[in-house]
Amino acid sequence: MLRWLARRFAQIIPTLIVLSVLIFGLQQLMPGDPALILAGEERGDPMVLAQIRAELRLDRPLPEQYLNWIGNVLVGDFGFSWRIREPVAKLILQKLPVTFQLASMAFIIAVLIGVPAGILSATRRDTPTDWIANGIALFGISMPNFWLGIMMILLFSVELGWLPPSGYVSLTEDFWESIATTIMPAFVLGTGVAGVLMRHTRAAMLGALAQDYVRTARAKGVAERVVVWKHALRNALIPVVTLGTIEFGRLLAGAVLTEQIFTIPGFGKLIVDAVFNRDYPVVQGVVLATALIFVALSLVADLLYMAVNPRMRQA
Amino acid sequence: MVLAIDDLTVEFATDRGTLRAVDGVSLAVASGKTLAVVGESGSGKSVTALATMGLLPGSARIGGRIVLDGEPLTPERQRALRGGAMAMIFQEPMTSLNPAFTAGEQVAEALRIHRNLPPRAAFDAAIAMLERVRIPDAARRARQYPHQFSGGMRQRVMIAIALACAPRLLLADEPTTALDVTVQAQILALLDTLKRETGTAVVLITHDLGVVADHADDVAVMYAGRVVERAPAARLFAQPEHPYTVGLLGAVPKLAGGAGRLASIAGTVPDMRNPPAGCRFAPRCPFAISRCIAEQPPLIPITADHATACWRAPLSQILEAA
Repeated sequence: MLRWLARRFAQIIPTLIVLSVLIFGLQQLMPGDPALILAGEERGDPMVLAQIRAELRLDRPLPEQYLNWIGNVLVGDFGFSWRIREPVAKLILQKLPVTFQLASMAFIIAVLIGVPAGILSATRRDTPTDWIANGIALFGISMPNFWLGIMMILLFSVELGWLPPSGYVSLTEDFWESIATTIMPAFVLGTGVAGVLMRHTRAAMLGALAQDYVRTARAKGVAERVVVWKHALRNALIPVVTLGTIEFGRLLAGAVLTEQIFTIPGFGKLIVDAVFNRDYPVVQGVVLATALIFVALSLVADLLYMAVNPRMRQA
Repeated sequence: MVLAIDDLTVEFATDRGTLRAVDGVSLAVASGKTLAVVGESGSGKSVTALATMGLLPGSARIGGRIVLDGEPLTPERQRALRGGAMAMIFQEPMTSLNPAFTAGEQVAEALRIHRNLPPRAAFDAAIAMLERVRIPDAARRARQYPHQFSGGMRQRVMIAIALACAPRLLLADEPTTALDVTVQAQILALLDTLKRETGTAVVLITHDLGVVADHADDVAVMYAGRVVERAPAARLFAQPEHPYTVGLLGAVPKLAGGAGRLASIAGTVPDMRNPPAGCRFAPRCPFAISRCIAEQPPLIPITADHATACWRAPLSQILEAA
């Protein structure tokens, strides 16, 4: 187990090196000169531009800029935002809890809808229940988030006035108000993931219910409800757990559009603003942090996979 | 009689018409006895066992009567007795155990359901049960998962599950087919011992006549969904009366016989969606006469405990004359 963990960590290092090069390199391909944007009104003055470039070390060769950045990151210094004049690490730590709250709520909604719907449609295969569940799943997967978001705002905020249309209140400030500001975007994000989870749970359950050990359980006198929810589900969840962890990672990284619509000040909004303003240290920091979260989650997925699958434990 | 099956029929609706997998089967087993049900795959042996347990899919149409300990088995009674008064073990020990639970938990579950034991006591009883099926170091093995057991050991766990609640009836569907020969002998010897200890009636489904000779008291030979011959085991081997049984016995490889080719019965099992009108074995039978093709023979008693479904019975006289 310890050797496995050590090997797993050793695999992470080259992944991160390649990722950091990609993040740095791709950003150089973005059109627009950050010095021009930062210069503002004085963008016509070559002296000012040169000064900004020297200050931000944009006049240095790219490999030097990269090594400089990555060297600081290794000691925990993600640099300063050029625009907001704040440490990038501080910005990330400010926004991360917001996005994390949103992603967690979305994920809980997705699991609560997707897993039971998948089980139901597998146990009632080829009945109207199955067809309806599949139809809803397809709807959830294929519906654009921005459209569903706008429709929900129209209904619950504009028409009914039940929920605030936008904005964010943190959990520590006012718990219920915080839930009220995030429930709609969480639902919008959750429905898509619910559809994916439902389809995979259904397929895994159909596979598990056809196994010999299910017949053994029935022969033992196990009630049908227990056969489904214990004997079959326990095995069907093994692939679903792995998938769920990856989907959670996507929720953490991919809420850009939904955060814009509901003006939630999370990761998505931070990165969009940074890209538009050519705020390279913020872009690099946020993308790297997202990548780190993904790498960590894939490690969690492997650990969970071992926890639910006894066959993996002594490997 | 612990189990009495009377005129059982099982039909499945298929895309190409109704398939009658079991057609008027009657069987009986007494306490402490082993009835071997012998036949090729597709002869209806497993379906008969699954019908007894109530484990056939909902689409199956079942007719006739199954009586356990004097009371007819209704679907409700089957649900209540399954795993308790009647139990079943299956052919594939590698896949019949749930990979996500320990061996001990899987044995304990039966005890929790039918004996209402609390989890702790059920697990202790499960360890005792694993000891009874001769699993060495049972207390430690009870905490291990199926993938940590060999095929033979898994089948022992299956037997422990089946016998945990001291069933009156055990249905063993090819319990040793997937195991290698030495392990087969151990498992069958174990079943014999446990049967003697508990007085359980055993229905042993097999296609292996060697197993029948060593472990069965009575034999029912099935062909194409029907019982074609029924006799005490010793008598069946000494004096088979149905041409199909004669063929099967001819198909048993004899170790002493040397390098001869295996005997086999010409032809194949009929399509059960569209069986022959007369005796179902007639198309493959070397003794068939015109009556065999026109009319289906019932089970005809030859002696008090020996019956055969053949118009040419007693066949032993024809064989002797030849």
